[in-house]
Amino acid sequence: MRLLRDLFKDFRFTFSFIVLLIILFMALLSLFSPYDPTLWYVVPRDLPPSPAYLLGTDSNGQDIFWQATFAVRNSLVVSLISGLLSRAIAILIGMVAGYKGGTLDRVLMFLGDSLLVIPLVLIFVMLAMMVRQNMTLVTLGLMLAGFGWAWDARLIRSMVLSLREREFTKTAVLSGTGTIKLVLKEYMPFTMPLIFSTLINNMSWAIGIEMFLAILGLVNLNIPTLGTMLNWALHYQSILLGRWWWILTPVLLSLFVFIALYWMSVSVSEYLDPRTRIQRVGA
Amino acid sequence: MNFVKRYLLPRLISYFLVIWLGITVVFFIPRLTPNDPVIRMIDQMRARGSTLEPGAMDGIIEDLTRMYGLEGSWLDQYGDMWGRLVRGDFGVSFFQFPTPVNQIIGNALPWTLGLLLSTTAITFIFGNVIGGIAGYYTRRRWSRALDALAMVIRPLPYYIFAFSLLLIFSYLVRWFPITGGSSLGALPEFSWDYIKDVLWHSTLPAASLVVLGGVVVFQTMKLLVQNVNSESFVQYAKLGGVTEDRIVSKYIIRNAMLPQITGLALSFGQIFSGALITEIVFGYPGIGMLLYRAILNGDYNLIMGITVLSIVGITTAILLVDLTYPFLDPRIRYV
Repeated sequence: MRLLRDLFKDFRFTFSFIVLLIILFMALLSLFSPYDPTLWYVVPRDLPPSPAYLLGTDSNGQDIFWQATFAVRNSLVVSLISGLLSRAIAILIGMVAGYKGGTLDRVLMFLGDSLLVIPLVLIFVMLAMMVRQNMTLVTLGLMLAGFGWAWDARLIRSMVLSLREREFTKTAVLSGTGTIKLVLKEYMPFTMPLIFSTLINNMSWAIGIEMFLAILGLVNLNIPTLGTMLNWALHYQSILLGRWWWILTPVLLSLFVFIALYWMSVSVSEYLDPRTRIQRVGA
Repeated sequence: MNFVKRYLLPRLISYFLVIWLGITVVFFIPRLTPNDPVIRMIDQMRARGSTLEPGAMDGIIEDLTRMYGLEGSWLDQYGDMWGRLVRGDFGVSFFQFPTPVNQIIGNALPWTLGLLLSTTAITFIFGNVIGGIAGYYTRRRWSRALDALAMVIRPLPYYIFAFSLLLIFSYLVRWFPITGGSSLGALPEFSWDYIKDVLWHSTLPAASLVVLGGVVVFQTMKLLVQNVNSESFVQYAKLGGVTEDRIVSKYIIRNAMLPQITGLALSFGQIFSGALITEIVFGYPGIGMLLYRAILNGDYNLIMGITVLSIVGITTAILLVDLTYPFLDPRIRYV
């Protein structure tokens, strides 16, 4: 509880906490949607916001508010699959490379550095073009996870490198602790904060890439996500025709999601770094 | 000699290894996915309503297989691809048919290079200068205001940020053109009018790249300067009466610049990806727009050519930055 009280002293944490709660609430609301998100022409087309249709309707005859609840949910699903799975890869590679060292370390880090250098957007475009028909939320999440671990593996590795030199490692090894137990029990708690903040950053990155691929029409456009909503709005020239409620819904929602995720990650990692915490909380 | 052996050689080896790995990944992507590009191509032709005699179909399948480099075993195809790449031959574009991919990319390249080189230079200089000053005067009000602004802009992905700029400055207040690299019908010529036109069209794309990239440089530089500033050798220099100008230029900037140069090299890939996305938003006629059209047309050779060229281009840029590093860092001396 003390932890939460300290965190809430940071305006950025309070803001992002509230925004993410609202977003999560929206995602849950999609379960109670009166409309099927894949059906067209279920409501009158191109109506501005009104009490009956909270955020108006679009040119496909869909209710934008309920469509947005599905979009938020699906974008979160993709980013969670990507974030959690790439965390698993990053932890494994980072810990193995950092603890084992030697040739294995060099090979793994070379792989990671190559991923950092190669323009991933182009690789995603090629992959997406090839699996376009079979592109589901899960495939997309897996694809993003497979390429999104490199930087975080490097961070975890450098942390393990410094942990390995500490006194308690020698004590544990000399008293017969196995490597796996040592890494899981002793090192994991130290890297947890880092893993949490990189998880949030990776989720934000995944939502961004999904939007980009959706704009290019490289995902299944019948599954509502923040990206495909934007794609449809652009496709029907909603800006030129003055249907601001349609184009602004995905744009503003994603602006809030990106800022909230980033502020959450920054305020948590600042809190966990005691030097900056002392400056702010004054404890 | 020592310089070559301990610095140059390892970097050259990893340079070629990264290119090899990147292009190998690009080679395997279409082959590991279940869809056959040749069948896909024919489906697309059918969807456009062209009908063919059965005999002609076999001929087309054979031709397409050869053009995609899909003849023989994977090993043959792999060797074949490298043979062509070394000769700088990326094949022909499918949708502007006999035009070689090289030529199409060559036409778009100057636009992207111009945009990227100028914005990266501006980003690096402004980000570091402003970040450095803000880090030195970290308690001033304007320094905090800049910090808060950076906190809002930093998390936005290239697409959303560029698109927001377009909405505000081209649709709402109409200061800048909505799309294109120059006015319709303007002929490329070396005149003030044409240059002015191009600059006016590239203002918004450049601004979005500079602001988004600059925020990252600003934040890291500010943090670096804050850290160096609180080191004991700086405190000592202050107490010892070294002039402030000298402390800033010789002690602080010198120490904070080095990680920034490494950071610049590491972020080339992201900067390039960002430029592609920004070009698509603003309809700017560079490599990004080319990629966009290639995707819409399913022009596989062109996408392959763009990807291979960007991998080589980015790794070369990083190598060049890496090679200047020993001249900037006094701690590296291989004589």
